Amino acid sequence: MQILAGVGTAPVVAGAFESIATITVGSGGSSSETFSSIPGTYKHLQLRFITRSNGGAYNPTIRFNSDTGANYSWHYLDGTGASASSGSGTSDTSIILAALDATANTFQAGIIDILDYANTNKHKTIRVFEGVDRNGSGAIDLWSGSWRSTSAITTINLTFSSAQYSHYALYGIKG
Amino acid sequence: MPATYEPIATTTLSGTQNQVDFNTISSAYTDLVLVFNGGVTSTADIWLRMNSDTGSNYSRTRLTGDGSTAASTRNSAASSIFVSVGTVGSNANMIIHVFNYANSTTYKTTLTRFNSSAYTAASVGLWRSTSAITSLTLKAETADTFTSGSTFTLYGIKAA
Repeated sequence: MQILAGVGTAPVVAGAFESIATITVGSGGSSSETFSSIPGTYKHLQLRFITRSNGGAYNPTIRFNSDTGANYSWHYLDGTGASASSGSGTSDTSIILAALDATANTFQAGIIDILDYANTNKHKTIRVFEGVDRNGSGAIDLWSGSWRSTSAITTINLTFSSAQYSHYALYGIKG
Repeated sequence: MPATYEPIATTTLSGTQNQVDFNTISSAYTDLVLVFNGGVTSTADIWLRMNSDTGSNYSRTRLTGDGSTAASTRNSAASSIFVSVGTVGSNANMIIHVFNYANSTTYKTTLTRFNSSAYTAASVGLWRSTSAITSLTLKAETADTFTSGSTFTLYGIKAA
């Protein structure tokens, strides 16, 4: 058995992965979260979250640039612990993500990669990896989403009803 | 803005070994990422433990595809997070994300992607403890071992 000690913080390639902004939910909870004025200086974005519902079970959503038009579509592959399934939505007004609930102390984790977000010649595609396990129930999900717009993404609008200790961290990845 | 994705520790096995421990993990980060690339000497389960806890405090939900079937399975009240099954003679890669690991208020959630010549998998794990994570152990099942040359690297990610 080899023992590895934490050896501190030798820097990786400086500036390749940078923290842009973080939303930490306080004792009152939150019903939505917005990252705005996102600079166009990165190649990709990554949004990492850990969250729990502030109420009952529901499906949160993600939109870009506050666009509420029917410009979104999404597909998912889901595992419940007993079976695998797949579903989709088209011409939707948001990308609908996997359901959250309010099980005490138990938080859903997720990573959303938004590729080439500042490009003005492509529709935007995201990939989502998220899951929650509650020791007897839960789900693991792989998600894709499309926003049919060539606009650069400058705002991310989330509708997570979030309990205290939830947080959402946005990072920029340089190309 | 400061760089925020940093290597904490890494090891490359010079021989076979049953487990690798990352100890004395700094609490200076928001998330941890453990990257494995290597093999096992038999078709062994690969287990993840936090803080050397061997109690029945872990659970896991998994989704797999082996080229013919998509399936999902669960382990509950287990003594580790069962993150994958290694395949003999095949190099595999695995990335484990450990979220909000240093907080002392909530249970800890992990997300894992595993890829080998035999299948691809995604899983979510839970450690039912509010303790801050200060050590991680990646272990091959019982007396099985990781192969020589396997690499294990732990990164920290800081949020703003």
